[in-house]
Amino acid sequence: MKVRFLAASAAAALMLSALTACSTPTSESTDTSGPTGTGSAPSAADQPYAGTTLTYWATNQGSSLDDDKAILQPELDKFKQQTGITVNLEVIPWSDMTNNTLQAAISGQGPDVVNIGNTNATTLQATNAFMPFDSAALTAIGGKDKFVASAWKTAGPAGKDPTSVPLYSQVYGLFYNKAMFAAAGLQPPTTWEDLVADAKTLTDPAKGTWGIVAPAGTVNVSMHIEYIFAAQNGGSPFLDDGTPDFVTQANIDAVKRYIDLMATDKVLNPSAAQYSDGVQATNEFATGKVGMYMAQTGNVNALAQQGMKPDQYGVVPVPAPAGGKSVGSFIAGTNISVFSFTQHKEAALEFVKFMTSAAEQEILNKAFRMISPVQGVPASAFAEWPELMQVWPTILQNNAIPMALVSTVSAYQTNVGGGIVALFAQAASGSPVTEDTIKTMLDEAQQKMLAAG
Amino acid sequence: MSRRLAGRVNWNKVTPYLLILPAILFELLIHVTPMIVGVWMSFVNLTRFFITNWLAAPVAGFANYSIVLNFDKPLGRQLAQSFGVTLAFAVLTVGLSFILGTLAAIVLQRQFRARGPLRTLFLIPYALPAYAGIITWKFMLQRDNGLINQLLVNDLHLFDQAPFWLIGDNAFVSLVVVSIWHQWPFAFLMTMAGMQSIPDELYEAAAIDGASVWRQIRHITFGMMRPVNTVLVLLLFLWTFREFNTPFVLFGSAPAKSANLLVVTIYNSSFIQWNFGLGAAMSVLLMVFLILVSALWALWNRRVHN
Repeated sequence: MKVRFLAASAAAALMLSALTACSTPTSESTDTSGPTGTGSAPSAADQPYAGTTLTYWATNQGSSLDDDKAILQPELDKFKQQTGITVNLEVIPWSDMTNNTLQAAISGQGPDVVNIGNTNATTLQATNAFMPFDSAALTAIGGKDKFVASAWKTAGPAGKDPTSVPLYSQVYGLFYNKAMFAAAGLQPPTTWEDLVADAKTLTDPAKGTWGIVAPAGTVNVSMHIEYIFAAQNGGSPFLDDGTPDFVTQANIDAVKRYIDLMATDKVLNPSAAQYSDGVQATNEFATGKVGMYMAQTGNVNALAQQGMKPDQYGVVPVPAPAGGKSVGSFIAGTNISVFSFTQHKEAALEFVKFMTSAAEQEILNKAFRMISPVQGVPASAFAEWPELMQVWPTILQNNAIPMALVSTVSAYQTNVGGGIVALFAQAASGSPVTEDTIKTMLDEAQQKMLAAG
Repeated sequence: MSRRLAGRVNWNKVTPYLLILPAILFELLIHVTPMIVGVWMSFVNLTRFFITNWLAAPVAGFANYSIVLNFDKPLGRQLAQSFGVTLAFAVLTVGLSFILGTLAAIVLQRQFRARGPLRTLFLIPYALPAYAGIITWKFMLQRDNGLINQLLVNDLHLFDQAPFWLIGDNAFVSLVVVSIWHQWPFAFLMTMAGMQSIPDELYEAAAIDGASVWRQIRHITFGMMRPVNTVLVLLLFLWTFREFNTPFVLFGSAPAKSANLLVVTIYNSSFIQWNFGLGAAMSVLLMVFLILVSALWALWNRRVHN
């Protein structure tokens, strides 16, 4: 009897939670409350969309969700003053971003404007959930020529109207601990062979010091590194038509080189195999007991949070093996999109124009320590550290390639990134990772992707 | 007119249906409709290209099923492996949770001083929000600075090298331990409630007849508890087989092969690869399996009772 009662109450509780979940408003985009701006009311001609309310999902760029809110809100207030458009801000952690965006795309209910990781730009474009930036829309936001050419390439494949435009750019660099390098009499490496040799010099497990750290349990970073290394080897995981082509020597060598840091070079702490997000690796580097770390621009902020100041480390491009291509990064970053179901297209475009304006770009990229994808905006985020101010834009312009612009990038991330994570786990537990193991992993990843379409 | 109609309506007969009507409506809305949609999804090619317009997704027939059931290919192999892991996980978790719960309930059936506090203590894991509990375990299971390795390696010196608990084969052990920790209080709660409905007179009579404590437990406790236990084990099995929180919070979306539970595999196919047709086909297969288990259970139960 009691069981039945409990089962019944459990069912009731489930229903209740399902109901409340249904009724939680995910958007206020249809809110048409009147303008609440203070000061003198500008004329209707100046502010044709005054009174509109937009919902904006921002990605977590700063050190915390609150940090992002504190940085963005004053800018949104400024936007309201200029245009009369209210923007309701929600900052979404990266881990929830894809699912939330997917939900909004499926249900047709969600924000008007959303930030996306640019590696997903082409995947999301395929969903038709986002407004294409056709020539009229591009004119409305100030034209595509205002963007840095390399960053613009991340918006989507050529020949199709992109569904997102670049907002913040970042690239990978090799962070190295200046004090450790100086103490060992080392110079920052310029080839992969140098990097491994330096790392070996710095590694001393008994003292808890390691040559390099990497989030070896993290799916997306593993995919990023594979992509960069394959490019250094002169290859790519995709054919020109976008078909996966994983089982090539360039890709096998790329995976092997990454895994070998732990498996054969023994310069990466096996514990890194369970670092399932970048934060743990960043924290490890910040302890000052690790020589090097391949990480994105945004880590300058994360390291500062952990008490490591930019004068304690240097950044150089991620080196390629001797004779390899000098590719040190893909062009990473955040793009901004407008959902196609928005009722306020013009106001949304106005907002995108504002966010990608030179003035706002300087403020935002400075606060988030990113590189602006908009022409003529100085890398003032790093003004206090001339070295960094010079190195980041250099990598972006000379050393970075766009991520493969195919709609299966997220599947590539899951299958190959996930495969690398599994191989690191294998290496960590002491079992050898051979070229054949890697080949099998890449082959299975490719078959899964082809089967899943 | 209305009086005559009212006179004709047999309220005694109608009332139960009226009372159950809202429940049926909600059941249809919350359970049956999504299930039907899920089955439909398994027969279409619902990939990222169609998620904004499901109805445009091309019909796939049994293609999704033939992909996930082709055990020569990686996807099918992964599903089969995942099924095996899930089965082992469910049997171990349910079995051990049930044994622990029953033992604790028997011990706490007699009156003694610390009974109240102990009961409360035992129920805490069930009362904690799942996420908070599991994330704490995740910290404890870290290799370098986790509490578990601190105890096993640094204090007890059971291992020379600190083992990993979140990756590799050990991940399965962690998964089972954490799930039991979270699940067994429910078994305890149910068996405790069941045992309280057994009249004391039965035990007294048995004691007078000279039955030992062990025989009392075996014949009275287990005998009277049978209906509760069968429902409990079925419920636990169904829940455990669909477990998502524990593996997902412990390992994220890329669990070790040893701990790759079915629902996480389904989640990965659907939400990360964005192929909802494949995910739905796997879900339908899971549902069919669980219906089979429930049906077998019902048959067995009827046979035992007849």
